[in-house]
Amino acid sequence: MNTTTRNTFRVIFLILIAGLVIAPLLASFFGGFKSNAELRINPLWLPTSWDPKNYVSIFLDGSFWRYMGNSFFISSMTVLLTLIVGAAAAYVFAQIKFLGSKMILSYLLLGLMFPFAAAILPLFIKVRDLGLLDTYWAVILPQTAFGLSLAILLFKAFFDQLPKELFEAAYVDGCSYLRFFWSFTLPLSTPILATVGVFVFVQSWNNFLLPLIVLNDRSLYTWPLGMMQFQGEYLTEWNMILAFVTLTITPAVIFFLAAQKYIVAGLTGGSVKG
Amino acid sequence: MTTTTRPAVHKRGTTDRIKKNLVSGKLAAVLLLLPPALIVFSLFVILPLVDAAYYSGFSWNGYGAPSDFVGMQNYARLLDHSVFHTALWNTAKLIIVSIVIQMPIALGLALLVYKKTPTNTLFRLVFFLPYILAEVAAGLIWSFVFDGDYGITASIFQSLGQESVYVLSDSQWAFPAIMTVIVWKYFGFHMMIYIAALQGVPKDLIEAAKLEGAKTRQIALFIQIPMIKHALVVSGFFAIIGSLQIFDIIIPMTNGGPSNSTHTIVTYLYTFGLSRLNIGFGSAAAVVLFVLAIGIAFFYQRATGKENKA
Repeated sequence: MNTTTRNTFRVIFLILIAGLVIAPLLASFFGGFKSNAELRINPLWLPTSWDPKNYVSIFLDGSFWRYMGNSFFISSMTVLLTLIVGAAAAYVFAQIKFLGSKMILSYLLLGLMFPFAAAILPLFIKVRDLGLLDTYWAVILPQTAFGLSLAILLFKAFFDQLPKELFEAAYVDGCSYLRFFWSFTLPLSTPILATVGVFVFVQSWNNFLLPLIVLNDRSLYTWPLGMMQFQGEYLTEWNMILAFVTLTITPAVIFFLAAQKYIVAGLTGGSVKG
Repeated sequence: MTTTTRPAVHKRGTTDRIKKNLVSGKLAAVLLLLPPALIVFSLFVILPLVDAAYYSGFSWNGYGAPSDFVGMQNYARLLDHSVFHTALWNTAKLIIVSIVIQMPIALGLALLVYKKTPTNTLFRLVFFLPYILAEVAAGLIWSFVFDGDYGITASIFQSLGQESVYVLSDSQWAFPAIMTVIVWKYFGFHMMIYIAALQGVPKDLIEAAKLEGAKTRQIALFIQIPMIKHALVVSGFFAIIGSLQIFDIIIPMTNGGPSNSTHTIVTYLYTFGLSRLNIGFGSAAAVVLFVLAIGIAFFYQRATGKENKA
């Protein structure tokens, strides 16, 4: 077999696999255009008519936007907090050596090994006792806490690689550690900030277990909770459910295509170093 | 990891150094920048895990202070509960499938698409797509695929002239269906780890082997795979830790049913601990999960330690 035929076989094989992988997603997208009766006889292929009725009715329903808005706010705040708190701590570990700093770093990195799910019951109690149940903070703070270990690990590795001469020069000019962090370290670290930020955003955007436990008020629901709520209301009206699912995953897909470089870097960076 | 940057310290007296530290704000930096992380992390990660161990000794519904101390009774009940056995076994099955089926698929595909070409990039994106979707959304889409009245499997059965199977309400098929979805969802993640590693394998090594007449398969088997051992070890670790925590996908697909046959440890502790407010009992399950995760991590690291250092 020469290389060209070999390559043709390879591409055909890959197309088949790609088709299998993407089929459920396409079926969901197409399904949103169908009537339930059509869906029953044609669950997979193109709809007979591209009737956007289901999609439009979800768009016109305020709760869809409410869910998306809640998720967006929670995810953005989680990113913001993780970046600020994580970068600040990592800066101390990278720049300042003091007694016990290594131990404190190891402590903060413990989160890399802990399964989040093991903490949910006490987390529920803690959040309740702090009076945070049914607030955005009930999701934002624990998410930040559980994202910190990876963030600190990646930030510290990056800060360590920044040229030391820079700090020495600024130091001689009387620049304080705090100023240096704010005016030099952070601006120089945009690639890693973006990587961690995108990664944390996706995690938060998709989170289900934590909001499920700490949010009861429907007006605070994130979209995964809203989606389960919606499914409970529509039960077997699969065309509506598929339209809803398609609409909720579309932003994530677009975001992924736009930011894939950072997502993949965060993943492989985290995995190789973790 | 261990190199710490700090300014060149000039030889001076101690008082001088303290003064210098104060002016440069070293102390202020530590006191201002470190505590937020420590507080948030301790409050929402470490403390809850300690609490779980404490609560697991009580029969407690979560209200008031835990007072009804029952010793190891929650653990005894857990070990007696047949649903918990199923949950443990299902979790074990997830680990096995992830390692025996998912990782080889991911590795095979990685070897096919690791080279940087436009078509490969496209395939990589498609394969990675399921990973970035929310688990709940993926679970919901697949519960449509497996639906006995509307789903794709139903129409496949019909076109074969067979009676439709309600995959997710059949305790024989429900869990294999879930495992299929999990392979679909996560193989792209492992593939990406392998691709990153494969791209780091020196090209001249492969070229040299080709000149010697080595076949593609031989190159993969004897050069590429041994050289990305570290990536395989890391991805195996993620497969295990990830399998221990599967929850989101199960809820929309089966919610642990039919007749509690598809629970994992996490859906178990959610269903029997939180929804029924048996905080003590659920905490015992959480402690088991925690010990399993740490224990497996520890033994895994020891078992693969040699490769890790190579």
